[in-house]
Amino acid sequence: MAEVWIPSLLQRLTNGEDKVRVSGRNLREVIENLDARHPGMKARLLDEQGNFQEGVAIAIDGEISHLGLIEPLTEASEVHIIPAIGGG
Amino acid sequence: MTTTSDRPTKGAPPYSSQNYTSKYKVVGTRPIRHDGLDKVTGRARYGADISLPGMLHGKLLRSPHAHAKIISIDATEALKLDGVKAVVTAKDLPIIEDQVMDLGETMGNPRVMAENILAKSKALYKGHAVAAVAAISPHVAELALDRIKVEYEVLPPQLDAEAAMREDAPLILEELTTQSVAQAYVRGTDTGVKSNIASHIQMKRGDLEQGFKDADVIVERVYKTTAVHQGYIEPQSSTAYWAPDGRITIWTSTQGHFTVRTMTAAMLGVPEHSVKVIPMEIGGGFGGKIPGYLDPVCSLLSKKTGHPVKIVLTRKEVFEATGPTSGSSMRCKVGANKSGRITAAELYLVFEAGAFPGSPVGAAAMCSLTSYNIENFQIDGYDVIVNRPKVQAYRGPGSPIGTFAAEGVMDEVAEKLGMDPLEFRLKNAAKEGDRMPNGMTQPRIGCVEVEEAMKAHPHYKIPLGPNQGRGTAMGFWFNAGGPSSVTLGVNADGTVNMISGSVDIGGTRPAIAMQAAEVLGVSAEDMVPSVGDTDSIGFTNGTGGSRTAFATGTIAIEAAREVRDKMAARAALIWEIKPEEVVLDDGVFVNGKNPDDKMTFKQLAARLIRTGGPISASASGSPRGVGAAYCGNMVDVEVDPETGKVTILRYTVFQDVGQAAHPSFVEGQMQGGTVQGIGWALNEEYYTSEDGVMLNSSFLDYRMPTSLDLPMIDTVLIEVPNPGHPFGVRGVGEVSIVPPMAAIANAIYDAVGVRMDRLPMSPGAVLEALEAKKAQG
Repeated sequence: MAEVWIPSLLQRLTNGEDKVRVSGRNLREVIENLDARHPGMKARLLDEQGNFQEGVAIAIDGEISHLGLIEPLTEASEVHIIPAIGGG
Repeated sequence: MTTTSDRPTKGAPPYSSQNYTSKYKVVGTRPIRHDGLDKVTGRARYGADISLPGMLHGKLLRSPHAHAKIISIDATEALKLDGVKAVVTAKDLPIIEDQVMDLGETMGNPRVMAENILAKSKALYKGHAVAAVAAISPHVAELALDRIKVEYEVLPPQLDAEAAMREDAPLILEELTTQSVAQAYVRGTDTGVKSNIASHIQMKRGDLEQGFKDADVIVERVYKTTAVHQGYIEPQSSTAYWAPDGRITIWTSTQGHFTVRTMTAAMLGVPEHSVKVIPMEIGGGFGGKIPGYLDPVCSLLSKKTGHPVKIVLTRKEVFEATGPTSGSSMRCKVGANKSGRITAAELYLVFEAGAFPGSPVGAAAMCSLTSYNIENFQIDGYDVIVNRPKVQAYRGPGSPIGTFAAEGVMDEVAEKLGMDPLEFRLKNAAKEGDRMPNGMTQPRIGCVEVEEAMKAHPHYKIPLGPNQGRGTAMGFWFNAGGPSSVTLGVNADGTVNMISGSVDIGGTRPAIAMQAAEVLGVSAEDMVPSVGDTDSIGFTNGTGGSRTAFATGTIAIEAAREVRDKMAARAALIWEIKPEEVVLDDGVFVNGKNPDDKMTFKQLAARLIRTGGPISASASGSPRGVGAAYCGNMVDVEVDPETGKVTILRYTVFQDVGQAAHPSFVEGQMQGGTVQGIGWALNEEYYTSEDGVMLNSSFLDYRMPTSLDLPMIDTVLIEVPNPGHPFGVRGVGEVSIVPPMAAIANAIYDAVGVRMDRLPMSPGAVLEALEAKKAQG
């Protein structure tokens, strides 16, 4: 199961847990399963069209995801929810 | 490791005799750039050089108020003026819903961008455009601006981010609640409370309280910085032609023409395929020319008039309206034990977003402490709306600001512990496998290598005189990846055309071409690189985020491998052997069955037409394996105790550059970023009146450093190869601007004993600090 690191301001949705293990073959499934266990999480990450909220980026195994919700995950994957950044 | 200090004698070309050697034949060498002659002879074409038949000239009317309701706009008298062809306002733009659009490197909201380009119901900063005119000449357009009547209801401006955060602060964007952006991070997501705080991010790990309890030394300091501008030499310019068939062609100065295409189409409500963007050569951008600015307005004016319309901004407009980087208020607290280990760190960042959300506070939060491995920390960042221009990215956005605070406090902690500041940094240095503040694992990085090189460098031991001091600081930047596209085509003479989607900034054109040349076994001079427009090449992210040499370079390698394999197949055809029996040896195709049969790339290229036709290959993709960057600064200053003037005596920049694709351009990036950082440290600021008017909106009064102000900036290239790139290339463009402000502040302290906690450290500010110190006895 992938390990999702929960940002501190979202930990109220996970009863204070800073890491949650969630199953899923790709990021979409992980977010769905995360939301099933901790309702409200999906709405914090995705807008109504299913895109990442503005300002939100997901890093998987040390790299910012470019595939978005279809990004495949492994059992050992680490998922980080981080602020989106732009370079100069 | 190589250093520009190796140069031989004064007056000789500074890089002519470096000891630098590369393990590659092309990558790591210093060929003359392909666009060099055009650039130095003035033949290169920039945005302002565009001249088309029937072209009109546009000008923008800007708000004289920093905060005002727009009651009405009446252009009747302007339109009566001879030569005036059209006037547009925000009403001419389609109504755009809030939406998040993928701009490649980041997300964008076209509704917000449109309101920044032409104010809708309120002018939100002094210089916010409210209307645009097209006329037969720039002079007539300017005259017309005076005849447009705008009725304003002037409102008090909010210029200070901390004041704007207060609960009783008047709202600048009345519709903005903390729910409207970045929901994952906002304060009070579920309350719907309206606020000038666009977002709040937080990162924390470990036990902060216990960490500070474990500390033997704690330093806490408050910092303040003002907005500064990217200061690119070429003002924004754009020309657009909206043809009768609905096709829009835009010639523009931009870092990312695909971003301009996406946003312009969204703002105009037209399909993306109907917009063609031709990127002109660019006279600097540094992040400020990523989002596009003038293009939709030029397009609207063109649609109304049926003519191409060109707008070229003045320097005053550039300063007042195109987006500086954030001013900030910060608090940093660090604790360490007697052995020199950091036990806890706390960083509180308040960043001005300008008139719309989007300061780089998130990046500042993720970068400022990332040179260290810290177990217990908390970082809070606030993105706050104020009545100033919407900020735009500026070289390593956010990191230089937060690092000014963090690295100042680290220096102070080392002093209180009685430790050498570099020894202290080495003791806590980030290494591969450590966790960054955002939780991600550090990839292969060169933080330790940079700090060790600093400690061992002769500069560190040069004796200093009275009122002279030495400062050091570290800086981190992520670097970016993202999508790129490259097409290669082999010519009969053995040269190779290369079209990439990356606008050339800082020599990226040769840096990409050299990577392809390395694979093909040809020289850099045999490559013919050009930048394709949006109709000619696949989608490519803008040149920003230090991504281009890495990402577009990787894609060029992929395309070159395909060309190489196709060439080998042709050789096999000629030699009547299997393709896998062809060996490429040092740029020569060799018959594996009969090694006497050989053909150089050029010889084989001459035979392509009669062996099946020309060979070309295209590659597109988003390469993985981005390598992060670390930079260290060592600076010696002399402070005049009577005037407070700080003179830079000596400056050495140490940077992990991965494999340098073209070392001269890498050094140029390091030197350029450093000089911008020196200007930010000592002189540059948005000097603003109480009613929000920038009072120094010219290069005469906004003081950027010139070559006369500075010594040679020496560079030390530390090459820790990036394992995610075939040749080890990592981004080099931004990180060099991160440490200078902190390094110079630390040097000033070493010279005269005052800790500078605000920018700029101008003579007046330093003198004030010296007098305060004297008054304290």
